[in-house]
Amino acid sequence: MWEQIRANRRRSAMLISLMGVVLVLLGYCGGEMILSGGGGLIGLIVAAVVLLVQLGFYFGGAQSLVLGEAAGAELKHDDCPRLFNIVEEMKLASGLAVMPKILLIQDPAPNAFAFGRTPETATIAVTSGLLQRLNRDELQGVIAHETGHLINQDVQFMMLAVVMLGSIAVLAQIVWRTMRLGGRARSRDESRGGGQAQLILLVVALLLAILGPLMARILYFACSRKREFLADACAAQFTRYPEGLASALEKIAQTAEPPAFVNKANTPMFIVNPLAAMEESSSVFDSHPPTGERIRILRSMAGASLGDYEAAYRKARGGGLIGAQSLQAAPAQAVRDASDEGPVLSRVDARATIRRNAGYAHVQCTCGLEIGVPPGYDRKEIRCVRCGSVWPVPTA
Amino acid sequence: MALGIGIGMFVLLALIATAVVIIGWLIAVYNGLVQLRNQLDNAWAQIDVQLKRRYDLIPNLVETVKGYAKHERETFERVTQARNMAVSAKSVGERAEAENMLSGALKSLFAVAEAYPELKANQNFLGLQEELTSTENKISFARQFYNDNAMGYNTRIQTFPTMFIAGMFQFTKRDFFEVKAAAEREAPKVSF
Repeated sequence: MWEQIRANRRRSAMLISLMGVVLVLLGYCGGEMILSGGGGLIGLIVAAVVLLVQLGFYFGGAQSLVLGEAAGAELKHDDCPRLFNIVEEMKLASGLAVMPKILLIQDPAPNAFAFGRTPETATIAVTSGLLQRLNRDELQGVIAHETGHLINQDVQFMMLAVVMLGSIAVLAQIVWRTMRLGGRARSRDESRGGGQAQLILLVVALLLAILGPLMARILYFACSRKREFLADACAAQFTRYPEGLASALEKIAQTAEPPAFVNKANTPMFIVNPLAAMEESSSVFDSHPPTGERIRILRSMAGASLGDYEAAYRKARGGGLIGAQSLQAAPAQAVRDASDEGPVLSRVDARATIRRNAGYAHVQCTCGLEIGVPPGYDRKEIRCVRCGSVWPVPTA
Repeated sequence: MALGIGIGMFVLLALIATAVVIIGWLIAVYNGLVQLRNQLDNAWAQIDVQLKRRYDLIPNLVETVKGYAKHERETFERVTQARNMAVSAKSVGERAEAENMLSGALKSLFAVAEAYPELKANQNFLGLQEELTSTENKISFARQFYNDNAMGYNTRIQTFPTMFIAGMFQFTKRDFFEVKAAAEREAPKVSF
């Protein structure tokens, strides 16, 4: 387990530095092109500023940016014992040091995602629709997949990758625009003295400005897909029950409605891409592998270990996923039996939890209306807005 | 003469450099082993926490079931006895044995509960059932994590060249927390 985390970290560092190299090259060549003689340094400074601004977004409000208005209620054990217990089970199975926070989002579309940059802020969010549709084994599979993301530090890596991606795109725009603006004026007086070095710089800068952002994007999405597979492999290993996740993915993909808070920017975070759940074709700009393929790989596993996932993955896609060192460290594991615990949870009401956590008192009217009394309400009685009957306000 | 000093110096420097490299490697390997051992201890502690939680839940469960099924004394006694044995177990092997017995006894307790419809409708019982089932799961997940890592650790301290350092500083092999029959690996089946 720890071996795999380390291997993952090495790979992440490599990719981020690769994007860094592109950024530096683009800054240098672009600067040298636009202001010949010492322009490279200015280009580098511009690149650094762009990166700093993007990093500011990352360390600043990135979390609220991603979640937007979807903010839900943090769950405690008594709000939903089963979900809380399952998260704790997966915390133990994965060896996560800190218990992740659990966020419940009131949304009928079943989905889940993990976020949080540090172990202390790590959070697993699930929609109420997910709780209503999945049985215990399926829910465990989903939570295990999200725990896999946390263990592999995918959230951190993907956010950093977005920062690099954004910086490269912005810098490419700057280079591109200044070249078009200043290029004509300069070409008159410098066209004779340019020389070969100048030409090479021009070509490199142009190539990077055009292809850099594209390549970075392709790289980003390739990583995103790979990490989905890796989280699936971890889920199988943690739960010792690949079928749980497979059948959960099937159920999630079958719901056509995407959650209300989905936009293009936050799709890579979900367990199943909410905007293209059942698409079978794949392109280099997909954040998730086709769900059907993920299910097929999970179902063709011979056991429940990382090695079994690797074998199934190789058969389905060719090429390896998990490093040899991690495989060596992971012992073989058999699949456990299904637990026969009840089908799905009864209704879990996120709104009620949010209200209770905010200190709302609860009044049930005989006409069926549930009245939430805000904490600042200072009268002894409250009138039902539907039928007009008056009820005493319970004191906390 | 000058050449002689040069060679002597060179040999000395080479020796010092080799010593530095070896000592550096020793430190790195030793620290790595200590880290692994601490992580293992922590994993073991996690199992312990869950086992304790199960001991705490059991008297509650027995009391609740007793209220509805007075005639099942034998089953209660078996559960209580297995629990006490597990609490007082000393070695890892003994502990695992007692825990397995306890799992079996709990299974029969839940089987007994099956025959009492009023018991199955009791909210308190349902809550205890979720907690106990999950605690069983947590025990097996914590054990799974411990065993996976104990295996990695054991391999590490028995293979060349780490074995020398492991031997020097008494890093000893860890027992697995084993379950005998495959059937007993499952949590007690509770279906209502």
